[in-house]
Amino acid sequence: MSVTKETKEISTDQVNAQTIALIGNPNAGKTTIFNALTGSRQHVGNWPGVTVEKKEGRLLADSKVHVIDLPGTYSLGAYSEDELIARNYILFENPDVVLDIIDSANIRRNLYLTVQLLEMNTNIVLALNMLDEAEAKGIEIDENTLAKILNVPVIKTIGTKNQGIEKLISSSIQALGQSREPLTVDYGQEIEDEILVLQKAITEHGELAQRYYPRWLAVKILEGEDVILNDIQKYPNIQTIFTLREKAVQHLNQVFAEDIQTIIIEKRYGLIEGVVKQTVKQKKDVQASVSLSDKIDNVVLNKTLGIPIFLLTMWAIFKFTFVIGDPLIGYVEMLFEWFGGIVGAMISNELLASLIVDGIIGGLGSIFVFIPPIFTLFFAISLLEDSGYMSRVAYIVDKFMRSLGLHGKSFIPLLIGFGCNVPAIMATRTLENKKDRMVTILVNPFMSCAARLPVYVLFAGALFPDNAGTVIFSLYILGIVMAIIMAKIFKKFLFPGEAAPFVMELPPYRVPTLKGMLIHMWEKGSSFVRKAGTIIFAVVVLIWVLATLPWGVEYASQDSFIGMFGSAISPVFAPLGFGSWEASAALIFGLLAKEVIVGTLGVIYGVGEEGLAVTITQMWTPLAAYSFMVLTLLYVPCVATIGAIKRETNSWKWTGFTIGYTLALGWIVAFIVYQGGTLLGLG
Amino acid sequence: MKVQPLSFLEPGSQAKIKDIIGGKGINTKLAEMGFVSGSILDVLRNDGTGPMVVAVMDSRVAIGRGMAQKIMAEKTT
Ligand SMILES: Nc1nc2c(ncn2[C@@H]2O[C@H](COP(=O)(O)OP(=O)(O)OP(=O)(O)O)[C@@H](O)[C@H]2O)c(=O)[nH]1
Repeated sequence: MSVTKETKEISTDQVNAQTIALIGNPNAGKTTIFNALTGSRQHVGNWPGVTVEKKEGRLLADSKVHVIDLPGTYSLGAYSEDELIARNYILFENPDVVLDIIDSANIRRNLYLTVQLLEMNTNIVLALNMLDEAEAKGIEIDENTLAKILNVPVIKTIGTKNQGIEKLISSSIQALGQSREPLTVDYGQEIEDEILVLQKAITEHGELAQRYYPRWLAVKILEGEDVILNDIQKYPNIQTIFTLREKAVQHLNQVFAEDIQTIIIEKRYGLIEGVVKQTVKQKKDVQASVSLSDKIDNVVLNKTLGIPIFLLTMWAIFKFTFVIGDPLIGYVEMLFEWFGGIVGAMISNELLASLIVDGIIGGLGSIFVFIPPIFTLFFAISLLEDSGYMSRVAYIVDKFMRSLGLHGKSFIPLLIGFGCNVPAIMATRTLENKKDRMVTILVNPFMSCAARLPVYVLFAGALFPDNAGTVIFSLYILGIVMAIIMAKIFKKFLFPGEAAPFVMELPPYRVPTLKGMLIHMWEKGSSFVRKAGTIIFAVVVLIWVLATLPWGVEYASQDSFIGMFGSAISPVFAPLGFGSWEASAALIFGLLAKEVIVGTLGVIYGVGEEGLAVTITQMWTPLAAYSFMVLTLLYVPCVATIGAIKRETNSWKWTGFTIGYTLALGWIVAFIVYQGGTLLGLG
Repeated sequence: MKVQPLSFLEPGSQAKIKDIIGGKGINTKLAEMGFVSGSILDVLRNDGTGPMVVAVMDSRVAIGRGMAQKIMAEKTT
C-alpha cells in the first residue's frame, strides 16, 4: 500500500502519533488494564464496516500515544468476526506496540495467542496479569527466562490492584519505535521446507509481501485458511503460489497422517509446552485440583439445583430492575416536567414555547426515562458477567436452547433484549454460526424491551387496576412464547442445520469490582443512548411538527398531518378492537420508539401524560386495550432496532423480512385475542 | 488403553486427547480453547445429557455433547 497524498497532509501530530494496541483472551483483564493506562479519557467508536465497538484512548503518562482496545479473542484465526478484526488491525494498521494481556493462571492457552502474534512479527509487550490468582493456584512464573526465550519484555501485573502497571507503561513506551527479532515457531524440517519455498515466492511476488508478512502468509497458505486464500486470489500472477501450495499439500499429506492444519496447531502448542516447562513451576496437578470455583459449580451446575438457581437469578434481576429502576423513572419524569414548566413560563411566543417544551424538552425527557431501567438491567447483567455466572447460564440453558434449534449463547442476547433490543442485537456477535445468529436476531424484537413497559403500565394500570401486574407479566410471557415458536419455525424452514458446536470457557468465579461493573454497564448502556437516543429525539421533534402542521390547525387534532394519517390507516386496526384515528397515529409513531406511543396519545387526547389514564378508562374497553398491548409488543420493532438489524445482518432483505413478519404476526395475534375475547363474551 | 469418545468418560477421570474428528472450522475453534492431540483433560461434569465440563490447560471449559463425541481420548486414570 502506498502513502497517498491525503495521509501526507494530515497534521504532524497524527503522523508522529504512536499506537499501543491491547489484545488478550476474554476475561484476561483487558478492560481493567485499558482503564489503568488511559484513565477516563477514552472514546468509543466502531470498527470500519462492522458494529463491533472500538475503544480508543490516550496514554495517561504520555498523551501523544494512542491506546486501542482490540476485541477479546482466544486466537487470531478467522473463526469469528472479533478474531478477524483484531487480526486485520494488527496486519494492516501496524500498531507500534501490541500489549498482550495474559491470564497467568491460564498461561498455556493464553500463550497460543502470543505465539500467533509472534508469527505476525509484531512488537509485543507481554503483561502477565492475574498474578494473584496464579499464585493462589501455586503457579510460579519466571518472567526473566520467559522474556529471554520469547525475546519480548514481560511484566507481571495485577490489574485490579494497579500493581505493575507503571512498569508496564514504561516498558511499553520504551518498546515504541523499537523492533526486535521475535521467536519463530519451528514447524519441523518437512513443513519448514515448504514454508521457505512459499515464503520465497511471496517475497518475489512483491505486492503480496507488501500486504502480508511473508512467513506468516506462507504458514496461512499451508494451513489453507479460506479468508486468506480468497484474499490473495485477487492479486495478479498468483497462480504460481497456488501451484506451490498444491504441491506442498500433496507432499505433506504423504508424509503426515494428520491434516496439515492440525499439525501446525500442534506444533504451536508444542512450542508453548517447551516454553512453559522452562519458565513455569507449579504444584503437581493444578488442573485437576478442586478449587473454590469448582465447589461453587458443583452447586450451580448441579443437575437438580442448577435450573432453580438460574430461574431465581433471572427473577432477582427483574425484581432489581423494577425496584431500583421504577422510582428513578418517576424522578426523571418529574425533573423534566418541572424543567419544562419553568422554561415554558419564560417564553412568551406560544409556538416557540410549544416547540421547546413539548418538542425538545419532551423529546429529551422521553430518552432519559429509558435510562434508569436500561442501566439497572445492564448493571445486573454486568454483575452476572463479571462474577463469571453468565457463562454458566449459557451452559445451563444450552440443552433447552438446542431443543429450539438455538445455541446456549443465544440466551444472553435474548436476555439483554429485555433492556433494549439494540445492544441485544449487537450482542449476537458472540455467536459464531451465521444461522444461529440470524435466528437470534430475527426473534429478538419479541423480548419486550424497557421502552414497551410504559405502554403496558398505562393501559394495564387504567383498565386492569386490580391485576395490572399479572397482565403485564402475561405480555412478557407472550413475547417469549412467540420468540420460541418463531425460532423453531425459522430454524426449520429458513436456517436448517445443526446449531454450532458449544465450546465455552467457564472462567473462575470472581468478586466483581464496582468500578468494573460500572464500566461494563456504561459500555452497554451508552451504546443505547447514542444509537437510540438521537433517533428518539429526532422523532419526538418530528411528531411535534406533524401535529402542528398544516398551519393553523389545532395542535394534534384530526386535521393535523398526524390526524389525517391516522384516519387513513385506522380501518386496518378496526378488527383488532381499536379503529380510532388516535390509536393508529400513536402506533405509527410507536414505530419510531415504542415508548412514544404514550406521549403521542397524551398529545392527541390533549390531556398530557398525567390525564391519560382517566381518558383511556373512558375511551377503551379492557379487551381492546389488551389487544392494543399485544400489538405494541409484537408489531414492527422501533427504528433503532431496525437499524441494528440492518447493520448486523448486513441485508435489506432480512431487515424487510423482519418488518413484514412481525407486523403480520402482531396483527394476527391481536386479531385472535380481540375476536376470540369478543366471542367468549369478554368484550 | 482404550480410545473412546470424551462423552463416555465419567466425572473424575483423566484422559489424553488422541484425535479430533471434525471439520476445519471446528478444529481451529477447539484448538484455540486448548483441545489438541496430546492435551490432558480432566472430566469435571458429565450428566449424560447436555454439555460436559472439562478441565483443559488449567481452565474450565463447557463443551457440547455433540462435540464431546468427536473428541477421541485415552483414559489415563
Ligand atoms: N484477581 C484479579 N482479578 C482481575 C485482575 N485483572 C482483572 N481482574 C478481574 O477480572 C475480571 C475480568 O476483567 P476485565 O478487565 O473485565 O477483563 P476483559 O479481558 O476486559 O474481559 P471482557 O470485558 O469480558 O473482554 C474482572 O472482574 C476484573 O475485576 C487481576 O490481576 N487479578
